[in-house]
Amino acid sequence: MEYIIIIISTVFVNNIVLAQFLGICPFLGVSNKISTSTGMGAAVLFVMTLATIVTWLVYTYILLPLGIGFLQTISYILVIAALVQMVEIIMKKVSPALYQALGVYLPLITTNCTILGVAILVVQKDFNLAKSVVFAIGNALGFSFTLVLFAGIREQLELAGIPKGMQGVPIALVVAGLMALAFMGFSGIV
Amino acid sequence: MPCNAPGMPIRKEDVMSNMKEFTKGFIKENPVFVLLLGMCPTLGTTTSAINGLGMGLATTFVLVASNVVISLVKNVIPDKVRIPAFVVVIASFVTIVDLLMAAYFNTPGPNGEPSLYDNLGIFIPLIVVNCIVLGRAEAFASKNNIFRSFLDGLGIGLGFALALMILGTVRELLGSYSLFGFRLINTDGILVFVLAPGAFIALGFIIALINHLRKTN
Repeated sequence: MEYIIIIISTVFVNNIVLAQFLGICPFLGVSNKISTSTGMGAAVLFVMTLATIVTWLVYTYILLPLGIGFLQTISYILVIAALVQMVEIIMKKVSPALYQALGVYLPLITTNCTILGVAILVVQKDFNLAKSVVFAIGNALGFSFTLVLFAGIREQLELAGIPKGMQGVPIALVVAGLMALAFMGFSGIV
Repeated sequence: MPCNAPGMPIRKEDVMSNMKEFTKGFIKENPVFVLLLGMCPTLGTTTSAINGLGMGLATTFVLVASNVVISLVKNVIPDKVRIPAFVVVIASFVTIVDLLMAAYFNTPGPNGEPSLYDNLGIFIPLIVVNCIVLGRAEAFASKNNIFRSFLDGLGIGLGFALALMILGTVRELLGSYSLFGFRLINTDGILVFVLAPGAFIALGFIIALINHLRKTN
């Protein structure tokens, strides 16, 4: 039950993009088409789950026992960068089909602040490993969900007549604001 | 070669080009309003003008320090591992800022308001993945001398701080009718501008306004 609550709260109530403002760059950058946004969502789901497990283990079994918790930022960013590189190499070798689908999004993910953000949040919230994994999956699902929804709206926006100054990013931001307003309706359900 | 090296006359063109390096970040290449970089902290920390300014100055410190250090060691770093090396330099300064702010900006307000450090929260460690910082390291500091890299970092950083302060001021004015914490009208503001949706909408309209002004000029 606790896990279901974590999933619902991360996908709907505290949505990582619309309520916590993480991952805005890919949210605005790869949301032009639904197909690219599903690819990005899948890549984020994969890397975020893996990165959260690895960084949780690094924090609990290396940083805490040695008393060097202040090195969290440096060690996490290096672990995540190395992990993304490794995933790319392994995926290329083991599953070329999957690499074809997700490969182009992987380098973008290293500088995606959702990955590092979730890794830091699970430490702040004092989650155990199982809860951390569920939290990561929930956040990745929330990210993909809003990304695909947003891409659907933006595909329609292409056809709309928008004042010149508002075209492109400004109207996208206003749409995101209205989506955030809609998502506020979920607050209070958990 | 630094333009103020001993025994070398200071040329007017050098001064002018250095000035340009410094001021380009304010308006012409403003990282937020024009280049659309660093959106996460821009939206996440601008609930008030003070918070926006605090985040902007923290990022400025990291930008200036990492630009100077990367410019110093640019010839030592092998080309293939330059990005991880830049990231380590940046992450070190982010850790320094994080610890400094935890020490000096962590006192709650008189009425129990959360401190600046609490307000900025997770966005301080996330300076490390701010594309502006790595972008300047890769595009500018790894190719230019120390003095120019310092000016570039300071200019872009202050441009970022300015943008965050403008957005924070707009949101604070509309959201709680106050300015830098001082109440202007003693009623509740349009609450939505302090909450998440208002951040997106306010930034959208500011960028639209700047687009419009740039096109008409």
